[in-house]
Amino acid sequence: MSLTETGPMAGNTRKETYVSTEEQQRQIAARLVRQRIQDVAFRKTTLSFALFVLLLLGAIITSLVLGAYPVFEKFGFGFLTSREWNPVTNTFGAANAIYGTVVTSFIALLIAFPVSFGIAIFLTELCPIWLKRPLGTAVELLAAIPSIIYGMWGLFVFAPLFAQYVQPFLTKYAGDIPLIGQLFQGAPMGIGMLSAGIILAVMVIPFIASVMRDVFEIVPPVLKESAYGLGATTWEVVRNIVLPYTKAGVVGGTMLGLGRALGETMAVTFVIGNTPKIAASLFEPGASIASTIANEFAEAGDGGHISALIAIGLVLFIITFVVLSLAKLMLLQLSKGEGSRT
Amino acid sequence: MNAVLQPYETPVTPTSKISVRNLNFFYGSFQGLKNINLEILERRVTAFIGPSGCGKSTLLRTLNRMYDLYPGQRAEGEIIMNGKNVLDKSQDLNLLRAKVGMVFQKPTPFPMSIYDNIAFGVKLYESLSKAEMDERVEWALNKAAIWGEVKDKLKQSGLSLSGGQQQRLCIARAVAVKPEVVLLDEPTSALDPISTAKVEELLHELKQDYTIAIVTHNMQQAARVSDFTAYMYLGDLVEYGVTDELFIKPKKKETEDYITGRFG
Repeated sequence: MSLTETGPMAGNTRKETYVSTEEQQRQIAARLVRQRIQDVAFRKTTLSFALFVLLLLGAIITSLVLGAYPVFEKFGFGFLTSREWNPVTNTFGAANAIYGTVVTSFIALLIAFPVSFGIAIFLTELCPIWLKRPLGTAVELLAAIPSIIYGMWGLFVFAPLFAQYVQPFLTKYAGDIPLIGQLFQGAPMGIGMLSAGIILAVMVIPFIASVMRDVFEIVPPVLKESAYGLGATTWEVVRNIVLPYTKAGVVGGTMLGLGRALGETMAVTFVIGNTPKIAASLFEPGASIASTIANEFAEAGDGGHISALIAIGLVLFIITFVVLSLAKLMLLQLSKGEGSRT
Repeated sequence: MNAVLQPYETPVTPTSKISVRNLNFFYGSFQGLKNINLEILERRVTAFIGPSGCGKSTLLRTLNRMYDLYPGQRAEGEIIMNGKNVLDKSQDLNLLRAKVGMVFQKPTPFPMSIYDNIAFGVKLYESLSKAEMDERVEWALNKAAIWGEVKDKLKQSGLSLSGGQQQRLCIARAVAVKPEVVLLDEPTSALDPISTAKVEELLHELKQDYTIAIVTHNMQQAARVSDFTAYMYLGDLVEYGVTDELFIKPKKKETEDYITGRFG
């Protein structure tokens, strides 16, 4: 009648499992040996895959260092601070490209962080349910657009509009402000550092926004309810509960965006202007590390040019590495200080 | 004294703090509460018991309109507090929630220090000096009978406390803003017996000043801590009355079955 009588452990079968014959014991032993071998093989295989990553990283660093060595031998560490970049005379300095990379990425973050934050907060806290899915998907689709399309769009659509409407406006209203005024002066050409920064911002917004949205969503609803239950407004809940709870994720997402902005090549190459110089105005064209490499690699000849390109590649690698390390350090600091009195 | 108050038969008593009238509640198309009518009396503990899904937590969440955070949930009817219908669209939610505090099943300390956990809610509506705030924090922690345990580590994270301490911290946090009503949704179900006893003792203290509504799965707890008990089943209020009477001589057969464990 009941399940136990018909189940596998019921009646006679049950007795037999206890009184095992020699044959059965041999089978079990063989099975155990087989399992152990499988286990070891599995562990070794996965270990070798993991080690392969380290090996690859080591190989890349080694070849970068070896390739860059001639330039550092010739110019020393002055290579990093020199603003002269002239393939004809074989004089190379990385300062222009480093400046371009850092400034465009900084502009990108300056714009992308608040916008992404707003998107993520709206999507998680305020968005009506029917709009949530379409908006979320749109943000993810934005991340799926290849960077060359951003570059094309930036050059053919964004830059002319930017030159016609936004740049004159900025010059007129921000150009006279002391200190930052000179950032917005000069000929409105559309392309330049500021345009590159803005295009980068558009590109990294979906990344930062979707990471932020994901981390905001892991905040336990009951924790938010507790704060709402004390009479807090949405902003107060976000500022005091959601942000402290998710700060690691927010910083992580931002750094992910920064990493992408620093290394972005195609879109920047289209709109930055590709002129290796450091100008006071953000309207002026410049060059980033990635855009310089992309532009010059094909025609680089011997005599140091290739080595110089590899060297700025190494610099880019180090900058990205430092950014990620700083992010990790910051996160450690943050979690240590968690709950301290503010 | 208590015998005089018969909320089941007298719809409005002079000491009523919250009157629930013809309350219906919907999760989308599912009706979670069906035509609830009851009075929650001032400075008394009112307990809500019933099997899971009977709507007792839902009822609690309508009292401070916590359901408003979630689209698709809506309430119809009236909940009169201080002469005003809190279900009115014009009701300011933040103000309502500052007056009707809530403590949840699981302890929910904020990711900040013990001191800031208490100060957070207070800062929202009052601007106190440092000394006044220190005093308020101490007062609230004292009210929740946890001051002695945390007074030397106010700067530590609220998450560093044990479960029972965290829950009393949450009660202190709810009390600190000086609400008029405190709602507790199964406040001891995640706690060990000793912490539970402490929280129950606390409720006795708190009802000197506050109106308390508590949802519990533990019938002994309801019998121990409450003055009035409401038994709910499938969204209906089956019986509501003085706790001693309801547990000793329930009027309805369903109530009797439930409290004697013959339910089902």
